[in-house]
Amino acid sequence: METTEPQRLMDGETMIINMGPQHPSTHGVLRVRLELDGERVVHAEPIVGYLHTGFEKTAESLTYQQCNTITDRLDYLAPMTNNLAYVLAVEKLMNLEVPKRAQYIRVLFSELTRVASHLVWLGTHVMDLGAMSLFFYTMREREVILDLIEAAAGVRMNPSYFRVGGLAYDLPDGFHEKVTALIKDFPRWMKSYRNLFEGNPLINERLMGISYISQEQCLAWSVTGPNLRATGLALDLRKVEPYCFYDEFDFKVPIRTEGDAYARFWVRVDEIYESMKIIEQVLEKITPHGPYTTSDRKVALPPREEIYGNMEALIHQFKLVTAGFPVPRGEVYQSVEGPRGEMGFYLVSDGGPKPYRWRARTPSFYNLQTLPILCQDGLVADVITAIGSIDIMLGDVDK
Amino acid sequence: MISTILLIIKILVLIGILMGGFAYTTLVERRLLGFFQLRLGPNRVGPQGLLQPLADGLKMALKEDLMPLGADPIVYRMAPVFSLFAALSVDAVIPFGAPIHIFGQSVSLDIANPSIGLLIAFAFSSLGIYGIVLGGWASQNKYSLLGGIRASAQMISYELAMGLSVLGVLMMAGTANLENIVLAQRTQGWFFIPQIVPFVIYFITAIAETNRTPFDLPEAESELVAGYHTEYSGIRFAMFFMAEYINVLTVSGLAVTLFFGGWLGPSFLPPILWFVIKVAVFVFAFIWIRATFPRFRYDKLMSFGWKVLLPISFIYFLGTAAFVSGLL
Repeated sequence: METTEPQRLMDGETMIINMGPQHPSTHGVLRVRLELDGERVVHAEPIVGYLHTGFEKTAESLTYQQCNTITDRLDYLAPMTNNLAYVLAVEKLMNLEVPKRAQYIRVLFSELTRVASHLVWLGTHVMDLGAMSLFFYTMREREVILDLIEAAAGVRMNPSYFRVGGLAYDLPDGFHEKVTALIKDFPRWMKSYRNLFEGNPLINERLMGISYISQEQCLAWSVTGPNLRATGLALDLRKVEPYCFYDEFDFKVPIRTEGDAYARFWVRVDEIYESMKIIEQVLEKITPHGPYTTSDRKVALPPREEIYGNMEALIHQFKLVTAGFPVPRGEVYQSVEGPRGEMGFYLVSDGGPKPYRWRARTPSFYNLQTLPILCQDGLVADVITAIGSIDIMLGDVDK
Repeated sequence: MISTILLIIKILVLIGILMGGFAYTTLVERRLLGFFQLRLGPNRVGPQGLLQPLADGLKMALKEDLMPLGADPIVYRMAPVFSLFAALSVDAVIPFGAPIHIFGQSVSLDIANPSIGLLIAFAFSSLGIYGIVLGGWASQNKYSLLGGIRASAQMISYELAMGLSVLGVLMMAGTANLENIVLAQRTQGWFFIPQIVPFVIYFITAIAETNRTPFDLPEAESELVAGYHTEYSGIRFAMFFMAEYINVLTVSGLAVTLFFGGWLGPSFLPPILWFVIKVAVFVFAFIWIRATFPRFRYDKLMSFGWKVLLPISFIYFLGTAAFVSGLL
């Protein structure tokens, strides 16, 4: 599908303006080449690559365990879902049995990062519209979630908590209480946010009918996630291709049919509630302590006590750390529903401990392609709305 | 002779007060925004950050004054001066308090007390737009240009509604002299009660006049980087900044004078303090609004100005005219 040749109102009277890569609201280093007719956008073209880091090539020289840390850095606002897509892909290739408790904890953290990521989106999007205070409130609440991640994984931003075979560590003591407190506080936060944006005519005016995209266009451009669901198609991989026992949880997939920035806004806001519902349910299924990684010592590191007393465990530890584990020959694609859409990994293994090809299907890259459609005939202010409303993450786009 | 000296003293004192007022308005704004946003704001320079404006001013004065290649040098350099000049001039006609007696002379607390004070205030505040438009145009920067265009369109359309909204006060007081308008409110009561709709319109347009959220389109940070002052640095940027905040003080002062009885108030506080308190309430409202609302979109802003504010203020103006002339 091609973008149509822009229609110009006045002949030759257009102005080219480069929005970014250094601009307050392009969310990092996105550059948009705008062709303006007065304030009206004739054509908008995203130019990407300013954050290109060569992750996919780097991964080919790392072992499967080491690659895990790279996935954190793709979409650094939702590292856990990236981890999840990657470890599930490797596990699929190895046909690895993962304890059910570990899968539940993965669900818990995936949803926590989804909430954290949506909170950042909410704050920044509304800030782009000109209301700055909400950003500080959502960041405060995101901090609570980051504290939870820190408690479990030891770091806040790039946790690499999910490992092939299970998790890096067991849950810390008192984790359940902390999550319960979060669930309890959650309605109060959302209430205070909604006071600021719900029914606010200025916000509605900036979002309603702005940067429209149809369902057909979304499918043609491989748009996934909340952006697609805002056009009325309830495509959510958690429902369609359940992984990690997502089918055991009771949650709705919020959809809207308008396909504009307003629809995308509310799909995400509703998703925060659904994620909290899942977190509540999954918490009941998790015991405070228990198996958290596979018992296959060829894949997961043995516990410390074993290493000190057991020769075989020491050898396993040594082999895993120095050489990694071999993965059977073959190829696999596994995707999960990230906060921004379908996050997938395509791996090709030649039988060795390092991937032969490591390809990330990052949702923001596909979503960003629609920017020319979204900005069509909008004003300069609508470009900002469009960029904010498709919720891109430049680490995710440029890889 | 004495009156000339008094006038010069008054001018110097007024400029001093406005500059100090500007400096501390920025501090108050930053501190209040900090509290609104779960931060502390600047509190390191001096007790409670009270010396922060001094540090800021010093920093601004010492920064290099850059000019982009290809900018129109004269216009580029003059634009901020123009803005600041217009902002300061408006305050000349605002009476800050009841006349006081020194050296056996009655001294009114304004620089000038012309019979058309209100008109002069509006004339000067309209001039301020030139600084912004010229600054945006002369910068040789596309963002600045867009900001300048937005500013001119916005200010021209909102000035109309603003002018119409104060005409009611003019008719009720029967004078355009600001001091007499205040005195008229001593007998008739504060004008915001009969003129509540024009007051609301005045306040909305005043926010638009001063380019503050939600009408901060000329400098919309998330869209136009910094709008018309993108290229300015150092003291020239500071002048634009001063003009904006002095305008905030000015429109607040005018609102107080026109609708809230100026310096009038119960006698347990001196009149000038009443004036300052009322202005402070307005300034707080400005900051509160900035912390809460998102920005208008350019076209919505224009249609709001022309299709909502202007007709309402016009209808209310006609109604007031009919009422004052005894038709109703």
